[in-house]
Amino acid sequence: MAYAFPEEVLEHVFSFLTSDKDRNAVSLVCKSWYEIERWCRKRIFVGNCYAVSPRIMIRRFPEVRSVELKGKPHFADFNLVPEGWGAYVYPWILAMSRSYPWLEEIKLKRMVITDESLELISKSFKNFKVLVLSSCDGFTTDGLAAIAANCRNLRKLDLGESEVEDLSGHWLSHFPDNCTSLVSLNIACLASEVSLLALERLVTRSPNLRTLRINRAVPLERLPNLLRRTSQLVEFGTGVFSADVRSDFFSNLTEAFSSCKQLKCLSGFWDVVPAYLPALYPVCSRLTSLNLSYATCQNPELGKLISQCHNLQRLWVLDYIEDTGLEELAANCKDLQELRVFPSDPFAAEPNTTLTEQGLVAVSDGCPKLQSVLYFCRQMTNAALVTIARNRPNMIRFRLCIIEPRTPDYLTLGSFDAGFGAIVENCKELRRLSLSGLLTDRVFEYIGAHAKKLEMLSIAFAGDSDLGLHHVLSGCDSLRKLEIRDCPFGDKALLANAAKLETMRSLWMSSCSVSFEACKILAQKMPRLNVEVIDERGPPDTRPESCPVEKLYIYRTVAGRRFDTPGYVWTMDEDTAVRLT
Amino acid sequence: MEGYSRKWVMQRGEEINHGNCEEKKLELRLGPPNGDWSSSEKDEAFFPFSYISKDNDAQNFSSFLQLQSTAQKQSQMVQESLQTVCTKTADLQSTEKKKAFSQTATVHNSAQKRTAPAPAPVVGWPPVRSFRKNLASSSSVKSATETQNVVPSKSANKKPMEICQKGLFVKINMDGIPIGRKVDLKAYDSYDKLSSAVDQLFRGLLAAQNDPSTGGNEKKEEGEKAISGLLDGSGEYTLVYEDNEGDRMLVGDVPWHMFVSTVKRLRVLKSSDLSTLTRAAKQLT
Repeated sequence: MAYAFPEEVLEHVFSFLTSDKDRNAVSLVCKSWYEIERWCRKRIFVGNCYAVSPRIMIRRFPEVRSVELKGKPHFADFNLVPEGWGAYVYPWILAMSRSYPWLEEIKLKRMVITDESLELISKSFKNFKVLVLSSCDGFTTDGLAAIAANCRNLRKLDLGESEVEDLSGHWLSHFPDNCTSLVSLNIACLASEVSLLALERLVTRSPNLRTLRINRAVPLERLPNLLRRTSQLVEFGTGVFSADVRSDFFSNLTEAFSSCKQLKCLSGFWDVVPAYLPALYPVCSRLTSLNLSYATCQNPELGKLISQCHNLQRLWVLDYIEDTGLEELAANCKDLQELRVFPSDPFAAEPNTTLTEQGLVAVSDGCPKLQSVLYFCRQMTNAALVTIARNRPNMIRFRLCIIEPRTPDYLTLGSFDAGFGAIVENCKELRRLSLSGLLTDRVFEYIGAHAKKLEMLSIAFAGDSDLGLHHVLSGCDSLRKLEIRDCPFGDKALLANAAKLETMRSLWMSSCSVSFEACKILAQKMPRLNVEVIDERGPPDTRPESCPVEKLYIYRTVAGRRFDTPGYVWTMDEDTAVRLT
Repeated sequence: MEGYSRKWVMQRGEEINHGNCEEKKLELRLGPPNGDWSSSEKDEAFFPFSYISKDNDAQNFSSFLQLQSTAQKQSQMVQESLQTVCTKTADLQSTEKKKAFSQTATVHNSAQKRTAPAPAPVVGWPPVRSFRKNLASSSSVKSATETQNVVPSKSANKKPMEICQKGLFVKINMDGIPIGRKVDLKAYDSYDKLSSAVDQLFRGLLAAQNDPSTGGNEKKEEGEKAISGLLDGSGEYTLVYEDNEGDRMLVGDVPWHMFVSTVKRLRVLKSSDLSTLTRAAKQLT
């Protein structure tokens, strides 16, 4: 069949396939499709930078223009991965600089990127356009200066939530002196001051700029000036949002915001002074995305602002919104798809706001399009979870964090097994789930039985035995990422489901009950898995075999073991296993 | 320790009743594939790996200890406490086995009142990214009352609000330590507190730096000694700052509030590297 078409025709047909999954499926049809597909694949996504090597990627896909790589395990976001773990991007950049001269996009998440790498990027790829660094570290503003100075076609520079060492705010002045090609600039994560003059000059000569997110250090007084030069913005992130309250400045600011007719997304608002929030009212009805998760202000101002955003699809907010604010949200924002409520004081012993299960129930009831939830709270009930599940069977991502571990249902004093059971039973499309509160093995039985499309599951302080983990591994057919901490899951469940691990991207287990012995057996049994023990106490073989390992990270790979492990990581390999058995 | 475990598990001073009819009503009933899995014989029968120890108590106990130790100390102390835990586990597991029953067992059995204050944070929990964590400490909440009462008086005297509202983060670097840090001067109200904060920030890094062999993770405690005498020049290091005019000054020379309003950057210098000029100037004044 395949030879009935010229290659060019097939290539053209394949170009309509945008999802990696479809592309992968196509390449499995026959040898000729595999060949055609690999030569015309322009975009690559590597979910784990240690699952494949740059060499293998380049050998198979010679014409790539866009690469997206992810590094450290997700729990690195919460300090569970020790400093120096790995995920260095340099070997990738080096290999790509030799083989992909026409590379245009690099998107990295949780990777370590040095100034040297940034410089290499800026000099190697002649038509480089997009650099996205999400939660990356290892670089300084000097590396950014190299990107600004050398990438003459740069369209997007997004520093996400990276940890940048800012040596100087002057790197912004390194962009080309004439017109820049910038469409999107996000420097919100930078901690120290940027040169305001350089920033203003930069936006003035960037006529295509649609996204601008500045950092906390840019004073509110400068916003009107900045906005007047960038009235074409679609997405804007403010800096600090406080200043003396003066009526002339207030009207100045209001005017500046209302002049941005395309504005759809707002973020920033550090140290917000509530008196200035009404300056946003003129643009509220245009907004589809509002990130107030750094805006430490309360009701009624908060609720009043949000209730005017009738077209809001995404809202990130602190728990200062309280149940009353969420009720207003539910009543006014019928297009809401995503809600994230963060804790303003996650370490307080007692609740500092009146945010309970009722707020979330109200939103689930009032917002029919709601499909993604991240909700930090301090009390919950099974009844509420059942209601939410019934209200929103369209839920795709549901992450609930009841802050105190193992909190029971405060009405029944029982576990949340039934509540989360209802979520997985009703939400058939659920892809991501995070559990919290008091949970027994039973909840995992429900999850294994119902969550057939679940791709990522986070578990903490839950379950009673191996049985819990066994239900998940044996039942969740689509599971790709599983992360577990402080659960009594151990060897039996892990070894009994060893084959399942090869179908997944990764498994993280910390403070669980997996023994060093089981890690070795697993590595021996499954040679295509990298089984990495992370133990900061020293070599695991100095302890009894049955002693549980501190942390365990398991992932499938076609690249074999990695060689950049720090001293506290031990990779179990066949040799170790043979030697020790 | 047993008491601690229970308190930690118990959320409120109330009885936990699993036979509650409300829960029964909500319960999703699912028969597991081969009957009742809660009996350990069946577990054993299902899993083919009978050579693996079925005694998980020691393991539970060790993870419990870890929890406790992290709760008591700051995150950077975890490593050393783990070291202790590990050596102790062997002794403890025989004598204390009974106390190390799984958390669930504790929940079922106990109807104990919770008396202790809320437990200290566990590393990485709640799952909030680190740069979010200091929201509460670095900025106060602006409420309606503040808007109405404070702001008008502010606008009257035209004084910047910055100082009273948000944290004042300044960079701090130390000689010989490649990684810079930041301190929130708003979190301290005196030179002494700042000085001990600087000690906290750099003590561990300095120890690791001086003796790379301990850089791994072991014996951190031994290599660490307090960084003292930062303010009076009596120690190995001296704290200096760069003020808003770019001049380098010794920390401690001016009243605290004046220091806070002019400081731009902090630096911990080797006292021996401080120019004699600076020191002489100080003595003259």
